Amino acid sequence: MKKRNTFRTVMYYVGKHKLMFTLSILLALASSLSALYVPVIFGSAIDMVKEQNREGLGHSLLLIVLVVVLTALMQWLMALINNKITYEVTRDLRNDIFNKLQKLPFNYLDTHPTGDLVSRMVTDVDTFADGLLLGFTQAFTGIVTIVGTLIYMWTLSRITTVVVVFVTPLSLFLARYIAKNTHDMFIKQSVTKGEQTAIIDEMIGNEKVVKSFGYEERAIERFDDVNERLSKVSLKALFFSSIVNPGTRFVNAICYALVALVGAYRVIGGYITIGNLSTLLAYATQYTKPFNEISGVVTELQNAFACASRAFELLYEDNESDLEIGDNVRYEGMVSGDISVSKVDFSYVPDKPLIEDFNIDVAKGERIAIVGPTGCGKTTLINLLMRFYDVKGGHITVDGEDITSLSRQRHRSRFGMVLQDTWIKNGTVLDNIRIGNKNATREECIKAAMECHADSFIRRLPEGYDTVLSEDGSDLSVGQKQLLCISRVMLALPPILILDEATSSIDTRTELKIQEAFHKLMKGRTSFIVAHRLSTIMDADKIIVMKDGHIIELGTHEELLAKGGFYSELFKSQFMG
Amino acid sequence: MRKLLPYLKEYIRECILAPGFKMLEACFELIVPIVIASLIDRGIGDGDIPYIYLMIVVLFVLAIVGCAVAITAQYFSAKAAIGFATKLRLVLFKHLMNLSYPDIDEVGTSTMITRMTSDVNKVQTGVNMFLRLFLRSPFVVFGAMFMAFTIDFTSALIFVAAIIGIGGVVFFLISKNIPALRQVQNRLDEVTNSTRESLTGLRVLRAFRLESKAIDDFKDVNGNYFDAQTRAGNISALMNPLTYVLINLATAGVIYLGGIKVSMGTLTAGQVIALYNYMSQILVELVKLANLIVTLNRALASSRRISDILDISPSMEDGIGAAEAGNRQKSCDSEDIQSGRAPYIEFNNVSFAYPGAGEESLSDVNFHVNRGETVGVIGGTGSGKSTLVNLIPRFYDVTKGSVRIDGIDVRDYRVAELRRIVGVVKQKAVLFKGSIADNLRMGDENVSLEDMEKAIADSQSGVIVDGKGGIEAEVEQGGRNFSGGQRQRLSIARTLAYKPDILILDDSSSALDYATDLQLRRAIRNLEYKPTVFIISQRTGSIRYADKIIVLDDGRVAGIGTHDELLDNCEVYREIHSSQLTGKEA
Repeated sequence: MKKRNTFRTVMYYVGKHKLMFTLSILLALASSLSALYVPVIFGSAIDMVKEQNREGLGHSLLLIVLVVVLTALMQWLMALINNKITYEVTRDLRNDIFNKLQKLPFNYLDTHPTGDLVSRMVTDVDTFADGLLLGFTQAFTGIVTIVGTLIYMWTLSRITTVVVVFVTPLSLFLARYIAKNTHDMFIKQSVTKGEQTAIIDEMIGNEKVVKSFGYEERAIERFDDVNERLSKVSLKALFFSSIVNPGTRFVNAICYALVALVGAYRVIGGYITIGNLSTLLAYATQYTKPFNEISGVVTELQNAFACASRAFELLYEDNESDLEIGDNVRYEGMVSGDISVSKVDFSYVPDKPLIEDFNIDVAKGERIAIVGPTGCGKTTLINLLMRFYDVKGGHITVDGEDITSLSRQRHRSRFGMVLQDTWIKNGTVLDNIRIGNKNATREECIKAAMECHADSFIRRLPEGYDTVLSEDGSDLSVGQKQLLCISRVMLALPPILILDEATSSIDTRTELKIQEAFHKLMKGRTSFIVAHRLSTIMDADKIIVMKDGHIIELGTHEELLAKGGFYSELFKSQFMG
Repeated sequence: MRKLLPYLKEYIRECILAPGFKMLEACFELIVPIVIASLIDRGIGDGDIPYIYLMIVVLFVLAIVGCAVAITAQYFSAKAAIGFATKLRLVLFKHLMNLSYPDIDEVGTSTMITRMTSDVNKVQTGVNMFLRLFLRSPFVVFGAMFMAFTIDFTSALIFVAAIIGIGGVVFFLISKNIPALRQVQNRLDEVTNSTRESLTGLRVLRAFRLESKAIDDFKDVNGNYFDAQTRAGNISALMNPLTYVLINLATAGVIYLGGIKVSMGTLTAGQVIALYNYMSQILVELVKLANLIVTLNRALASSRRISDILDISPSMEDGIGAAEAGNRQKSCDSEDIQSGRAPYIEFNNVSFAYPGAGEESLSDVNFHVNRGETVGVIGGTGSGKSTLVNLIPRFYDVTKGSVRIDGIDVRDYRVAELRRIVGVVKQKAVLFKGSIADNLRMGDENVSLEDMEKAIADSQSGVIVDGKGGIEAEVEQGGRNFSGGQRQRLSIARTLAYKPDILILDDSSSALDYATDLQLRRAIRNLEYKPTVFIISQRTGSIRYADKIIVLDDGRVAGIGTHDELLDNCEVYREIHSSQLTGKEA
């Protein structure tokens, strides 16, 4: 979908429901006109009453019943159709956006806050649907009603029509005038509200810290101050905006009185009947309604368009470049795991080079440790190995084959990865372990958990392996979450392993035990380990010390210690305390 | 709602005046059809032009007065609603600020924030709508019925039937719709959660190539939402057509009956028109009422949720104050205290279990610490290290035994006193919006500039503060303009600045590199005011020079002593130590 035009994209989604949409418009047209016809028949029925024409009255009333039932049926059908269109469009749009999220490059995803993306997907899509689709039908019905009313009125009494046409827009001007003058108040209100929400987020969100400093009283003072200010601006905004309603009704009442006056003259002059007058009065009461609705619809439409374009923006983004979209493919061939990184350049932001001329060769089965201060490029290197990002220059090869020569999925299937940021999905413990291999049996999952010493804590959970973990696994400790994430890799048994601070929150004794399991796992497998704790990496085959995107030292633990450089300093500070 | 009503009490005048004026407005509206009826019967019927003018003037006056009255009503209801919400927010905020740690754990932060923001807003809207409309609509409906009775008794019976019929339909549909809408909300929450989850787990999903499974799962969740929406939407779709048919049938009935009565001479044409107009008014108001009930139902649900929070009584009672407790104690027992031989901090047979947890997190802990000592606390994940130190500033109360500071049970201190004595630096470093100096003054408003500078130097934050342009540099919300390590150092500075007698560092240098950590530890050892220090760590390196090391294992004390003593006699400590050296002595 390359059309970067909100309107065209809207038409694309609505266009899928062309038939229903046309039907909806036809029904809107027909039901509005027939609804407008009802007061006319009531008028003639009243004339029959006055003329004491029983038969004519009976006929009129029968006609009313018919028209009313027909109108109601059409209204109902239209509502059902509109629901269908709206909900299906939003459902499809959400599915498409979600699909897109799975294909967007990390470059985009890492630079857009999760909350923002979620709100596009949830709130914006809803506002779009409500505003655009309902707004459209409402605007359409409104216009039909206005035009229809004018035509019916014109045939009854031209003068009254003129009166109505000139007086009613007053209510629109009034509404516009008030809206314009309250705009500033609303801005002030939302600014103050934002200030208050910030304090709430901060003080309640970190209440434990607040309390540990005995800061409660001062927090309350600050809150009270904003709260009082909010109260004042809100009162103004709420009151002045709520004048619109009585104001509109006032204009309406004046219009009604004028119609009564003019109508009475026309009746006395013998131009119209009393029944006609009552029809005109009925129209006069209803006439402002569509105007108000339409004026509301305009702002709603603007808002809906803004939301739609925010949601669509995601769809217009380029996908992560890829060869073929394989479906959960596993790498079939034998992987030995020789990895070579040659002359690699990379940067997240074009003008700020991060990794430059990076070279390293890793032989099959080697254990490579990466250390270095924060921001040295450790995580970036992993991003490149996993092809979360692509190199800007140079090559990375696995078994001598450039990694861009495979699809991303196929490439990633050779790697197993455990990150410091543990991710637990909403589901049972078993579901979470099964992320490593979705076809694994229960026994295989348990075996994997046992190997990384997660079994004992899992068994202590209320339902063992079938315990449902809440959102983000908030009922587990960080260390327990890490153990679960490690179980996934134990289950997957990939040829190459990446452990990025995988055991940072696990205590050293347990870690030591996991290490054994890792050792077993890593046997014959190429592995990359990033760790703060040097104890976990001392027996690596190669230790890469990175700083500012470059390798500053490379060698085994002993070699690096003997060298007396950055690594040995680091080691001393950690163990000589 | 009942629990919240007292906060509305202050605005009782507004709460009576707002609906009062609304009803007045409704009365004026109810007069209009009568005016039109006599305009038709007498003005047009008799060709009485001045009478027609008189009636038009009456209509104008009704419009003007009605508008004035309505605006007055809007003012009072806005004032009551806003005043009430403002008060409620403050009360709620104070209440939340007074909750203790166990309460906070139970309620959860995100719940508290939602209650403070969106729930209070919904209640505010609810109160406003209630005052404006809830009395008005029934008043118009029954007023119209009443007016119908004054015009013609038999026709009025049709009104009664219509009101019962339409009312029945409306309330039946609402009662079906409210649970359906709740379902829609729940399903929407699932959509939100599923989206958020997949976004936070993007790397894992792609690493394990689970994109298509995630898409399938989302389709299910999204499909459920669609079903719920359709169900609720199709119920609402019935509302307008059904009420429309019923009201028009009733109107047709009224006119038919009117036809008979007019020919009998008991009713005039104008009166029939008046009845017709009353019928239309009823329809408009009943539909408004239906929408209002949905809004009010939401507000009521919110108010119930707020009441639930207000019902929580803080689970910790404030102590009587150290001075008084000290006096009381002096008079009865403990010669140790008088002789000054008592240890500074004592744990006597302390056990602790988190509320609702089955097992104890700490069992039978005993130790004492002298003033000015440095204590290391070490143990595995979940061994109870943080729990142990959380008992000192009384973040939680012991389940058994007692914790004493200076010979006085922590439960006897005033909480404010205690928090002044004990300074805690938590693992998760949080800074607050304001300047760096504002943050450093959190523990004590009157911290001197000198103390702040000293604290900055000791916490190794000098570089950070200079880099940001000095102590008045701005800290954004959540301290997001500082890196994790920077936040951690500044949060240490914040605690050092007010010089608490007892300093607790709860694994608070985890984000620092080892060199900085080492310098930090040296600076703390050399603090001039010699606080008693607790250092929690997973690394033996960080605590090996402590005067005393407490080794915890599964909530029990596995050993207490110096590094060397523990290496000699504590198996757990030895294991921890050797696991960090991988068998090689460094």
